[in-house]
This record gives sequence, structure tokens and C-alpha cells, in this order.
Amino acid sequence: MRLDAILRVVAKFVLPFILVFGLYVQFHGDFGPGGGFQAGVIVAAAVFLHAIIFGLDQTKLIVPPVIVETMVPLGVLVFAGVGVAAMLTGSNYLDYSHLAHDQIHGQEWGVFLVEAGVLITVSGTMIAIFYAVAGRDRK
Amino acid sequence: MISSNLPALQVVLPLLGAVLTALVRRGQIAWFIALVVSWTMPMIAFALLKQVLAEGVVSYALGGWAPPLGIEYRVDLVSAYILILVSLMGALVVSYAPRSVASEIAPERQAWFYTMYLLCMCGLLGIAITGDAFNAFVFLEVSSLSTYVLIALGRDRRAILSAYQYLIVGTIGATFYVLGVGLLYVMTGSLNLADIAGRIGDIDNIRPLLAALAFITVGISLKVALFPVHLWLPNAYAFAPSVVTAFLASTATKVAIYLLLRYLFSIFGVVFVFRDLPVTEILITLSVAAMIIASVVAVFQANVKRMLAYSSVAQIGYITLGIALATQTGLTGGIVHIFNHAVMKAALFMAIGCVVFRTGAVKIEDIAGIGRHMPLTMGAFVIAGLALIGVPGTVGFVSKYYLVAAALEKGWWWLAAIIVISSLIAVVYVGRVIEVAWFRDPGAAIRAAREPPLEMLVFTWILTAAIVVLGFDTELTAGIAGRAAEVLLTGMK
Repeated sequence: MRLDAILRVVAKFVLPFILVFGLYVQFHGDFGPGGGFQAGVIVAAAVFLHAIIFGLDQTKLIVPPVIVETMVPLGVLVFAGVGVAAMLTGSNYLDYSHLAHDQIHGQEWGVFLVEAGVLITVSGTMIAIFYAVAGRDRK
Repeated sequence: MISSNLPALQVVLPLLGAVLTALVRRGQIAWFIALVVSWTMPMIAFALLKQVLAEGVVSYALGGWAPPLGIEYRVDLVSAYILILVSLMGALVVSYAPRSVASEIAPERQAWFYTMYLLCMCGLLGIAITGDAFNAFVFLEVSSLSTYVLIALGRDRRAILSAYQYLIVGTIGATFYVLGVGLLYVMTGSLNLADIAGRIGDIDNIRPLLAALAFITVGISLKVALFPVHLWLPNAYAFAPSVVTAFLASTATKVAIYLLLRYLFSIFGVVFVFRDLPVTEILITLSVAAMIIASVVAVFQANVKRMLAYSSVAQIGYITLGIALATQTGLTGGIVHIFNHAVMKAALFMAIGCVVFRTGAVKIEDIAGIGRHMPLTMGAFVIAGLALIGVPGTVGFVSKYYLVAAALEKGWWWLAAIIVISSLIAVVYVGRVIEVAWFRDPGAAIRAAREPPLEMLVFTWILTAAIVVLGFDTELTAGIAGRAAEVLLTGMK
């Protein structure tokens, strides 16, 4: 059982870097390839790695299923909410132009928030699927 | 501000509602959210219809990106008609739903049920409102995926199998649709429906267009449950929860028919589809086969919900028959039957839902004599059943009147005769249930049955009343259907 010490130590080292890389992909999405979908999967992959090395029960202590199940609709709420906020500024749905003092900043904020919503929902969905599949044989 | 954003709100509110129900996770509160959203929907739909009647086509640029590059929400008379149908049916079904849902679905899943219902609503309304071919695909998937879950929530274990069956067929359908859209995009360079319609006439090489037409027609036909690709429908309707069956039977296939109308008439155009190609012959053959064969199969069903499901396949045959004729009268008949069939099928499935709620019985032999113990419920069933047959004074007569008139206009006596024969088969299968329910001696289980709770009865009867009222006053349904047919026959430009 203790033979996997290398795996455990390496995993602990790697996990923060995976998360940081996930955030890099997230924020780089404004300027190049990347964005909420890819970042969401990377963040979820960090959770998978933890579960594979340390066991599902340990992972569920860090990322409880309740939070995961909340993340799935929460991200959609953020996305749709930004659209409604745009409507409240007098523009069309999902038209971010008036979200900030000028159009360029407005669009940037809008895309930033929408991508954050995508990140939340995608990572939540991936983890929820993983939990469902991994926890299938236990009752 | 609200009036200018109505097209977006029509789709966004159910989406927000779905998210909220998923966050609260309590059946009762989730139902209340669904109820509020569902009654807001028809108000928005009627407001949009008013705008369309006053100012013509309503166009909305999503995200402020002007069409044809951006996604356009486009409401004309046809889409407004479908929006009203879907949203009204949703509102009535949700008002009817809470106790039926509570009795058929496990408590921890009830909030998810309303989430899926609202997502399905969002997808169906989205298909009807969008003016973008690919956006329609996305909404098609949103509504389909949520539908699979809704069906799988049924009490019977076979519900999961039928949901899986539908998932396979539905995915093939959606794939075919998107392949067709891809071909159209290659040929025209546009995904905006109105833009495609404008450019499609300039194309010399029509072979890719034929492939696109074939892919799109077959793909949507799977969703419509057009004979002979209807086999997913009877199981799905039979094993889904009662509320889901009532909702799907009155909305899902109807929206798919709308999409078919859009492509055949607005995009490819009447001349290309019906004059240059033998689409009329093919569609009439399939429609007639549906009307006769599915009706005959319905006669031999033991399960009432399954029987009504086969009858749905037959009734879809009437709608596609009207489409295939591609004349003003025929198309009016088809479009008006979209509405009329939705109303009567919802009433029938709601009445059966009441029976299931009180007795748990869905087999015809198990409901012997139930008319004496639940007279109001089965009274509604009889009236809706008469509409299914097409008795004068009900909505069913209005549709069949137009269809027969359209057949006679073309001088096709045999077609009119087939419509009448198919109606006679409907007499047999509806009559069988009525005979068992009213004229047999009830068993012990049925003797204990009483009328269902008030709200279930009231909303079943609202639809039943609509069957009779709209059977006499045809201005709202046939009037708008006639004008919608005109819009379709003149094309999008």
C-alpha cells in the first residue's frame, strides 16, 4: 500500500500547477485559444487525479457532491444572468456593450463573466459525471 | 424595455426557471417556479402575436450582432402560432401537474423533474422562435436531451428502455438535421434561415441541395414520428409519467412539424420541393399509411396510453397529409390540426392521468366500469375521444373538414375516402375504451375510485371545453392557420 508514495508526492506537487494552468487557459480565452470549456475540463481533471491517487472518499471531503451539484446550474445562472444584466442596461440579451463605461470594456467584462459561468458549469458537470461513474458499485 | 426584449425573454425565462429549480432542490418550490414561468410564457407569446399582427415580422438580434452574421430571433405568424400553442399547453399541464407528479415520481427527483420540464420548454420555444439554422439544432438538442430524462422518470422500469430507444433515434435525427444544415451552409455560406432562403435560388448545382433536403427531411421526420420512423413514440408515451405524456404529445412533435414546415416551404420553397420533386407523392403515401396502419394497430393495444400513442402517429399522418397537399386549404388543415390535435391529445392523456392517479390502472381491461365512479373524468375522455374521431361540434371535425375539402379541390376522391375510413377506425379504438369504461361492471379496485383532485379535473375540463368551443368558433385557430398557410406559401422573402 505504501509503495505508491511517489505517486502521492508527485500528485500533490502537480495538482496546484494543473489548477493554475486551468486558470491560465480560462483567462487566456479572451485573446487566444482557450476559454471556459477547456479550463473547466482541466480543473475537473485535477479533481479526477486526486480521486484516482487518494480515493474517492478523500476527494469527496474536499469537493463535496452537494457543491458539485450546485455548480452545474450555478454556472448557467451566471451566464444567463449576464444576459439579463445586459438587458437591464437597455441593450439586447447578451449584448455586453453597456456593461461598463465604454463598449470595449463592456464586451470584455461580459465575455469574462460568461466564461466564468462556463467554467463553473463545465467543471461541475465533469466532476458530477465522474462521481456518478466512479461511485457506481458502492451503495 | 420589456416589450423590445420579448423574443429573448420567451426563451430566457424558462432557462432561468430551470436553473432556479435545480438550485432550490425542493419539489414544492420548484413546482411554484415552473408555474409562474409557465403562465408568463403564453402572455409573452400573445404579446408577440399582437406585435406580429400589428407590425409584421419581429426580428431580434441576439447579443446585438445584426443578422445574418449574428443569431436572429424571428417571429412571424407561423412561429407565433406555435409559440402560443406550446406555451399554453405547458401552462395548463403544469397547473394540472403537482399531485400527479408527487404520486408518480420519487420525492428527491421532483425538483429535477421541473428542471427538465422547463429546459424542454426552453428548447421547444427556442426552435419555434429562432431564425438561425444551427441555433435551431442547439434548441432541438436541449429539448431532446431533457425529453429523454423526462421519459426515463416513469415509474415502470421499461421507461428507461424506451428513453434509451428514443435517445438513439433522436440522436440519429439530430445528426441528419445538422448534416443537412452543414450542406446548406457550404452551398449558401449562411446559417440565417431568411438569408439561406434568399440565396438558395442562385445555386446552379442542385445535387448538394437535394442531399441537404433529404437529410433535413428525414432527420426532422424522426422527431415528428412520421410513419414508418415512429417506433420510438408508442413506448415513450406509454411509459413516461402521465404529465410528461400529456406535455410531449401536445408540444414536442408539433414543434418538429413546425421545423419541417419552415424548411419545406420557407427555405427550399414550394416550387423546388413540391413541383420539381415527388415530395407530395412520398409524403401522401406515408401519411396515408400512418392514418390507416397506426390506427389499426391502435385498435389492438391493451394499454390505453399506448393506444393513444398509436393514435398520435395516425393523427400526425393527417398533419403531414395537409402539408403534402401544399395548397392553401390543405396547409390550413394541416396547421390547424397541429393545434387541434394538441388540445385533444392533451385532454385525453390528462384524463388518463387522472385515472392513473386514482387507480394506477393503464390497461383497458383494468378500467372496466370506471365511468360510473369517475364520471367527470371519463366524460372528458369521451368528448376528447369524439374529437379524435372528428365528430361535428369538436375541433377534430374542423381539421378533417379542411383536409377533405383540400382533397376534393384536387379531385382526389379516394383520398377523401381514406380520411373517412381512418376516422371510422378511430371510432373502433375510441369506442372500445368507452364501452369498457361505461358499460362493464366495475371490479373491486375501480369501485373504490373517486374523482381526482380539483385542479386535475379543472384543467382537464378546460381543455375539453376548448375542444368544443374551438370546434364552433374557428376564428382563432383556423383563421390564424389560414393566414399562416398564406405566409408559408408566399415564402420568406
